[in-house]
Parts: sequence; structure tokens; C-alpha cells
Amino acid sequence: MTERMTGAQALVRALEHVGVDTVFGIPGGAILPAYDPLYDSTKVRHVLVRHEQGAGHAAEGYAQATGKVGVCMATSGPGATNLVTPIADAYMDSVPIVAITGQVASAAIGTDAFQEADISGITMPITKHNFLITNALDIPRTIVEAFHIASTGRPGPVLVDISKDALQADTTFTWPPTMQLPGYRPVTRPHSKQIREAAKLIAEARRPVLYVGGGVHKAGAAPELLRLAELTNIPVVTTLMARGTFPDSHPQHMGMPGMHGSVTAVGALQKSDLLIGLGVRFDDRVTGQLSTFAPNAKVVHADIDPAEISKNRHADVPIVGDCKEVITDLLAAFETAGLEGDYADWWKLLNGMKETYPLGYEEFEDGSLAPQYVMERLSAIAGPDTYYVAGVGQHQMWASQFIDYENPGTFINSGGLGTMGFAVPAAMGAKMGRPDSTVWAIDGDGCFQMTNQELATCALEGVPIKVAIINNGNLGMVRQWQTLFYDQRYSNTNLQTSRRIPDFVKLAEAYGCVGLRCERPEDVDATIKKAMEINDVPVVVDFVVHQDAMVWPMVAAGTSNDSIKIARDMAPRWESEDE
Amino acid sequence: MSRHTLSVLVENKPGVLARVSALFSRRGFNIDSLAVGPTEHDDISRMTIVVSVEELPLEQVTKQLNKLVNVLKIVELDPTQSVQRELMLIKVKADADSRSHVLELVQLFRARCIDVAADAVTIEVTGTPDKLEAFVKVLEPFGIKELVQSGMVAIGRGARSITDRSLRALDRTA
Repeated sequence: MTERMTGAQALVRALEHVGVDTVFGIPGGAILPAYDPLYDSTKVRHVLVRHEQGAGHAAEGYAQATGKVGVCMATSGPGATNLVTPIADAYMDSVPIVAITGQVASAAIGTDAFQEADISGITMPITKHNFLITNALDIPRTIVEAFHIASTGRPGPVLVDISKDALQADTTFTWPPTMQLPGYRPVTRPHSKQIREAAKLIAEARRPVLYVGGGVHKAGAAPELLRLAELTNIPVVTTLMARGTFPDSHPQHMGMPGMHGSVTAVGALQKSDLLIGLGVRFDDRVTGQLSTFAPNAKVVHADIDPAEISKNRHADVPIVGDCKEVITDLLAAFETAGLEGDYADWWKLLNGMKETYPLGYEEFEDGSLAPQYVMERLSAIAGPDTYYVAGVGQHQMWASQFIDYENPGTFINSGGLGTMGFAVPAAMGAKMGRPDSTVWAIDGDGCFQMTNQELATCALEGVPIKVAIINNGNLGMVRQWQTLFYDQRYSNTNLQTSRRIPDFVKLAEAYGCVGLRCERPEDVDATIKKAMEINDVPVVVDFVVHQDAMVWPMVAAGTSNDSIKIARDMAPRWESEDE
Repeated sequence: MSRHTLSVLVENKPGVLARVSALFSRRGFNIDSLAVGPTEHDDISRMTIVVSVEELPLEQVTKQLNKLVNVLKIVELDPTQSVQRELMLIKVKADADSRSHVLELVQLFRARCIDVAADAVTIEVTGTPDKLEAFVKVLEPFGIKELVQSGMVAIGRGARSITDRSLRALDRTA
């Protein structure tokens, strides 16, 4: 198929052909030519956001809720630089998004022209790949390449910067274009010898753990994981990026490992003799001090990105491949060879830990609200079919700890970059991708004030998300560190929202949303139920919680997982249970 | 720390050098020397990168390099199985009295005199880093006025070519 049209028309046509149905963005000078044909498109819905950062996070939320590539669009200069944070976020969490930015006309590139920024240079270290197009003829092929790179192998963000003259030029649109990516060959098929080696180590292990990360759900391998776990009777831990990939209710689930992981999950890794890492990257928030992480464990490490393997921890058996294929092959290996793992002692130790050190929290005698209780009730009332989208900080950790996730992909959050302000726009994107599902954003009062302008977008575009603000009046996680490590000197963490500045209920109403407030434990259920009943407009609930609530357990940054605390100055007793 | 020579075949596209060199710096590796130029194939450029790193970080940087979409192939060249050369241009003081001494050294090192002035000569010399270092040392007493040196280029010994397979990959997509 060959047709004459402008570069801008070719861009919109290419987006339609690769299956884009939603684009989040804001127009401006350099990208303006693209917005004209976009106005006519019946296949692509453009959602006008209020800040480009919101567009980027919305694209991430959309991508994570649907598994498809999320798309955001911005103009040159400040429009493009406002996308930097969500692009970096998507890079750290391997979220497939394509960011399309306008660039000044090719003749003006390099002249410090109005609204010029070298966005391909700026995003070089935070994109999987990026392109600068100055010739209209290259537009369709580059769009296909960008979507291919974003969505295959280890997913990630791709930026396509297009000069204004390329958008305006007359060109020939040919479909389908041929990709020219001779240097891009992701390996998805695991090596059979490595699978055999892994199976051998698993068969020999007495204390194995399936250490499951975000890569398993990205590979769509949650069903295979369940089969593997049940076939082998090996305990499972799910990282922050993998919550829901293995059901929380399953007796083999030990919880989340890491800085705020459960004692059982952290203990399982520390006491293990074999870590079976699937789609994980041995992040410092999981390993704690690397030299003392799982000191007696051998490591099988499967990941689609070869650079992750042995990056932080040496892998005895490296497996490069897609987790779905890896787990399927491991299953096949065990189904033919059989596996008689005797893990009775291991399970006794782990179940003992689970019983002795369940997740818990402090209730306050003054009758004020404990944030963890809000999470528990939200989980009970909204249920496991809801998508929960968290910001970053204490509320994020509580959302991970106290909500029961049963379905893969139902917890969406900013893990690697830790981007405050992620929740509201990402929830908007998730809700647009999953209009029939309930989407709860769980946000802190600090986070919420960074990106709440997208509530206007939600209200006007008919995106009825629900937002639970866990309002403790402070930058809570930073305050927690000040409590623990800075002599309770609360430098610049008090946001003073207790003075109702801003008044979140009024703010919600100003944005055309329903605003609710809940300050007492006895009102929590009724408030959540009321929010659940409103489905025509967004709902914002201001849960005013006690400012001294802390996230426990905790492994202090840079220390060993062995020194995990279940409360201040309280360490679990592991050694006596050992042997 | 040990020195490693990497031959990196890349697509001949704008910005590729920036992608490669930026990757080294942001992952915390220092480049000792980098040379880049065209190859026998128009679409492929070849970089020769010399780094001083331990074995494990080298593996990591190689894997990270491989992830760059424009990188086609990376080969570490074993110093015993490859030929390695640097080019140096040196402007050294040489008047009527000392010129014959300098030219004698040029002969001994199989260098070439490429420019002559009344009180200086400019010399071109190629060789391994060791040879160039030795040459500079013997010229120092005469007075070195200016010196410029290229990055190292290297190629494997024998008939095998590292570009062959990459070329085939390029042809398939063309």
C-alpha cells in the first residue's frame, strides 16, 4: 500500500496500523502538525492531560494494566523534558511505552531555537532506544521499530523525536514498512543445557526458594509459575514488582522480600541454599547488603536481559530467556524426570517464622486511624479484582503489605525509580486500559500534591478512578527515616495538611470529583463502600491517619537482611530456630 | 586491573559514538583509548576500545554494550592473536647540529619524517603502545614541541573476519 500524505498524516496512520487506541499528551508548537490529522482519527483517542508528566505516567499505567504499549505525546523543549521522569520510571520498571515528541525544524536543530531541547541526547541513558527523525519518509518504519523495541525482549521506553519539517513535508506512505534493526536480537528461548543444570541444582537443594520478580508477569507466566510451585512444593516470594503474580492466599507464598518485606520472605532468602530467581534483578532494596545476602545459597538466575544475570550476584546457573519459556521448560524437565524434594525441615522452619512473625501494626489509643487498617479494609471491600495503583513511600509499602493480591498485574506502582506522583496519572491510564475494572489509586498526601491536576482530565474524559489519600500530613517515609536515623529532627517533612491546606475534599470537588473524608476507624467501611458506589465521576477519599505510623519490618539501607527489625529495636530471633 | 581491547561493530548512524562512550561513563568505566572509523562495508563502523577493568565488570560492560540497538557485534581481541597499532605524530626540536641524530632514531624505529623546518622535524610513527613509549623516551632529550596520538586500532590475526556474519545480518534486513 502506497499513498501520498504529509509526515504528520503518516505518523497518525502508522499509529493506527500498529494498534494504538489511546494517546496521552499535550500539543505545542513543534508537534502541532501531528495534532491536526489526530483530530480526524477515529481509531486513536487522544486524551488531553494537564501536565506532560501525567501523560507519561498514564501511558505507563495503561501499559501495565493491559500489557500493550502505552503512548504519550508532547511538544519540543519543555514538553519533552516534562516526559523525562516518566520515561526514567518506565526504564527502571521495564514498562513498554513509546513517547513521541515534536522537535524544532531540522534546519534549526543545534541553534538554541525557541523550545529546543536535545531530548534524544537527554533521554539516551533512560530509554531502551530513541530516534530522531528529520525525514518524513522514515516515520512509518521508525514507528514500527519503536513499538517492536518497546514491547519485545526486556520491555522499556522508546522515544521518537520528530522535527517539525518532517511532520509538515509531503511524503509517500508505504505499509507495511520493513524494519531495519540488525543489532536488535533479543533471546527468548532458554538454552536446554542451562535448563538441565538448573533442574539438577533444584533437585539437589534442601532449602530452595522461588524468588519471583516483575519479569514473570511481563512474560505472562503466572499460570506456569503456579504449576511449577505446586509441582515442586518450593516456597515463593514475590518482589514489589511481582505482587499478585503468585496468589497471596496460597500456602506456599511467603510474602514480599526486601527492605520492608515480611520476616518469612526475607528469612526464606537468607536461609536458602538455592535461589531460583525468575525475572528479578537482585535489586539493592531486596538484597540489602549484598555481601551478606543469602550467604549459603547457590543461584539459578533466569532473565530475558543477559546484562542482569550476575550483575549484582553471581549466578551458578545463568539462563537467558523469556520467563514463560524458562518455566515451561523447567516444568517439562521435572515432569519427565520427576522431583522428590524433601523439604519437610525447610517448611517447618518457614511455617514457624510465618506463625511467629506475621505482618502486624500498631493501633493508636487516641482513636485515630491506622493507615494499615485502611489498606486491610480496602482489600476486603474492593477485593482482588481491583487494580491498585500506588505512589511512592509509606503508603506504597502498606499497600503492598496489607492488600491481598490474587491476580497478576493488579498492583501497579513505581518500584525502581520511586517516583512520587505516579499514582493518580497511572491510575487514570490503567482505568482507560481496563474501563470495566475498579481502579483505586493509593496515594500519600505528598505524592498527591505532585500530580493531582490529572483529576481534571479524569473528570472531563469520564475516567472514574478512585483515590485513597493516606494523609498523615507528612512526607511519611522521609519522616520515618528522620525518626530512626536523624534523632527525630523533622527537617522539612511536615506538609501541614492537618491545617486543611489544601482541603483535599474541596480540591476534589473543585476538580469535579466527589470528595469524602474519613478520620475514624469506625467510618472506614462505610466510606469505602460509598466510594465504591460512585461510578460516574472520580472519587477522592481523604483518609486522615496518624502521623507516627511506621512501616515495619525494615532492613535499614545498606545493612544486612539478617538485621531486619520487626519494630524499633526489635529483631526476630532466627538463629535459635536454625538447625 | 587488566587491559582489554574490544572491537565493536556498530551501525554507521549519527549519535552512535555518543551512545557507546556515554554508556562507558555512566556505568563507571574509563576508556583508555577509543578509535572509530569506517569499515569495508558502508553501513558499518568499527570502534576499537581499550579499557582497564577486571574480568567481571568487563563482562557487564560488554553485555550492556550489546543491548545498544545500534551495536552489531563485540569481539574481545586477545593481544597474542591480534595485531594492535597506534599512530603518533611528534614535532621535535632539530637544528643543523641535532638533525642527523634525530633522523638516525627515526630510521631505527622505522618511523618517517613527514615535515622539516629549520629548527624542527615532524615524525610519523606507528606501532604498539610500548614501541611508541620507547620512541618518545629517546626523543625527549632533543625537546618535544608537540605530540598527538591516535587511539589504538586492532585486527585479529589469520584469515577469519569478524565483519562477515554481521554483514549477513545487515543484508537480511536491507
